[in-house]
Amino acid sequence: MFRNVAELVELAESQDIPISEVMIRQEVEVSGKSREVVMNQMRENLKVMRAAVERGISENVRSVSGLTGGDAVKLQEYIKKGNFLSSDVLLDAVSKAVATNEVNAAMGTICATPTAGAAGVVPGVLFGLEAKLNPTEDEMIGYLFASGAFGFVVANNASISGAAGGCQAEVGSATGMAAAALVELAGGTPSQSAEAMAIALKNMLGLVCDPVAGLVEVPCVKRNAMGASNAVVAADMALAGITSRIPCDEVIDAMYKIGQTMPEALRETAQGGLAATPTGRELEAKIFGVSLDKK
Amino acid sequence: MKYRTVFDIIGPIMIGPSSSHTAGAARIGRVARTLFAEKPDRADIYFYGSFAKTYRGHGTDVAIVGGILDFDTFDSRITNALTIAKEEKIDIHFHEEEALTDHPNTAKVVLTKGEVTIELVGISIGGGKIEIIELNGFKLKLSGNHPAILVVHNDRYGVIAGVSNVLAKHEINIGHMEVSRKEKGKEALMVIEVDQNVPNTILKELESLPNIVKVTKIHD
Repeated sequence: MFRNVAELVELAESQDIPISEVMIRQEVEVSGKSREVVMNQMRENLKVMRAAVERGISENVRSVSGLTGGDAVKLQEYIKKGNFLSSDVLLDAVSKAVATNEVNAAMGTICATPTAGAAGVVPGVLFGLEAKLNPTEDEMIGYLFASGAFGFVVANNASISGAAGGCQAEVGSATGMAAAALVELAGGTPSQSAEAMAIALKNMLGLVCDPVAGLVEVPCVKRNAMGASNAVVAADMALAGITSRIPCDEVIDAMYKIGQTMPEALRETAQGGLAATPTGRELEAKIFGVSLDKK
Repeated sequence: MKYRTVFDIIGPIMIGPSSSHTAGAARIGRVARTLFAEKPDRADIYFYGSFAKTYRGHGTDVAIVGGILDFDTFDSRITNALTIAKEEKIDIHFHEEEALTDHPNTAKVVLTKGEVTIELVGISIGGGKIEIIELNGFKLKLSGNHPAILVVHNDRYGVIAGVSNVLAKHEINIGHMEVSRKEKGKEALMVIEVDQNVPNTILKELESLPNIVKVTKIHD
């Protein structure tokens, strides 16, 4: 079993196989299931992700609280008008990340990647780049295994829980995972995947988990949006040959230590940050009939 | 390593909105139900830390009750779990606790039917993954991801050997095993994670061994 990103990259490069293949082989070995069963389990995950994205960009989903919903549709309409500032690919990825999180907030069915609150980034980037890269279904499944491999390292060496490590551990991890997997999907090397992960995660360090009213809605949906755009740009930078001065494993370790020193008010308790703003408290009082800080 | 499979990272498929506060809670509830092995009359649910502060917003309450109703994380009936519990005449009580716990997402579930009761403490460690850390006062560490056998027994020499002999005879491999006791010579608990589901006939055979009080299992 690989314990860190350096070992993961070494396993891939010494055998001349992609990161996704390292993950698939390890899964087959650890689970004792056949390769076909393992591949099909991921195929099911891919199906759920696609269904959530399609629902989010076509229906005006609304959460029970009314705080989120409908923004993915808005972005799709904006892209169609053609008058955007960034790029259609980037905005498509962003809108599909938003779509997933809006479906999640509405208690719809999603696949956690690595968590539900951060479930938009990984599929958002994949389906946003689908038209451009035109991958086969197996390559899309490979993308999910590659992102899972990097998430596996983060989960075992740091944390993927907002309550333990803040949003950097959730959307931050997802962003790094998506950036690394996108590099592989676009034909980059395992080392470039690691660089993309490092570049993406570095820019998420310190991000706190401060959901308004404790709901996985504000700011989670928009953090997934920006995570998706961060991932695509980080992948482009790595593919351009840019490297991170701080190695990926050390960035992950820094993320872990930052999470440990983060005040509890900023770790999914709805006690600080945006949750504690006047508007945040007002929304909370409106939803629950009472503000959580009065309890 | 805390996480051993890629499907802990890409997965689970679940009803939103939170893997730790919704899917993890559902899994804690479901392990309690599995170990209780029947529908309870009453469920008392104690939330600590982040669970206590944010459970309503995350649907932690409906999810954990969904688990107690034996629903999986992706079962859309979870959203109506409180109503379904009422229809099934399960008396549900939520308790918000102030006490500090080691992990921010901690829940205690007490299921009761007549005189029979089970008390279990679970933590949700991220991405939908859980650990059961206490069962009827015994400290343990159980993921709920692997089939497992739980054996309540008297703390005597030879009991562990007897149990492992039976498993060896049936060619069942032990992946992880823990023994804990509250007091020397009194009741003890063995938690045995195995690689495959164990048929009930083997549980009966284990139960017939000397000094065994009760045998239950968690299936895959």
